[in-house]
Amino acid sequence: MGYAHSDGADQAGTPGEPMPTAVKILIAGGFGVGKTTMVGAVSETRPLRTEELLTEEGVSVDDLSGVEAKTTTTVAMDFGRISINDELVLYLFGTPGQDRFWFVWDELALGALGAVVLADTRRLADCFPSVDYFEKHGTPFIVAVNCFEGARQYQLDEVTQALSLDPGVPVMLCDARKRESGKEVLIAVLEHAMRSHRAMSAASAG
Amino acid sequence: MTEYEEPPEVHWVDEHAGPVVRPYAVTRGRARPVTGKFDLISQVSTVRTVSARDVGLGPEHLAIVALCRRRLSVAEVAAHLDLPLGTIRVLLGDLLERRLVRVYEPRPTPVLTDDSIFEQVINGLRAL
Repeated sequence: MGYAHSDGADQAGTPGEPMPTAVKILIAGGFGVGKTTMVGAVSETRPLRTEELLTEEGVSVDDLSGVEAKTTTTVAMDFGRISINDELVLYLFGTPGQDRFWFVWDELALGALGAVVLADTRRLADCFPSVDYFEKHGTPFIVAVNCFEGARQYQLDEVTQALSLDPGVPVMLCDARKRESGKEVLIAVLEHAMRSHRAMSAASAG
Repeated sequence: MTEYEEPPEVHWVDEHAGPVVRPYAVTRGRARPVTGKFDLISQVSTVRTVSARDVGLGPEHLAIVALCRRRLSVAEVAAHLDLPLGTIRVLLGDLLERRLVRVYEPRPTPVLTDDSIFEQVINGLRAL
């Protein structure tokens, strides 16, 4: 279910082998807000890193003025894996910190179940680009305020106001270093995404 | 594509220079896979072992075949081989064409009529 075999690949399929399902959730937010920390805290292995080479197509829309000698750039993504069971795997992708690599975001957001925008109340403006992106693309998201020591504790509704969030967008506190806290955040985004999904289904049926 | 020639003074290589074998060398200059789309989370698993008939495969192809005896995503394969995603997609295309691997592409978005995937993941996370 939910999966199609790629061309010509299915003939060697083992009968009775369960169909694997892979899903992903994005962890976005400003630089240094704890995205990779959260990915690592809830994943079953240390965060992995993969790189996309910025090709000439990408370069043409990218501002490389002043660095003309450089023809390629790499965009790094940190990600982790949570095996729910033998058939179902959840991947967590930290979005690239450089917000100019939107084409990578597009690839990441495609088919994502939802997204977490990690926020640091000392630098709330850093998460504006992520919030804007997910609002514009209709990706269900929640805001998780990473509780850094020494940061003034804001009321959650103050965060909602400061980010001009739709009142339906959940805002919660978290500790990106803690596995249990990360799990709660993931469950919260999935519950929110499921509600959005049901509302959309109801609207399209009616 | 025009060939880019580096000026001689930048031939010094350090850790910031990236892999010494350039990614396009691994794919012999190819930027696109011969077949397959390969989403980041497409699941790849090895179907059969490499035989003497499988000529033309490089060490990176063989590494993928060995690695994917356990089912892995495209992103994981790229991370384990420390090669860019574009390069990995080309190599996977070669392996898919030879039916050495099987690839399960994820559906683009949850279908409107089915939200069971959310519950499955939520329940799975709670049980961890």
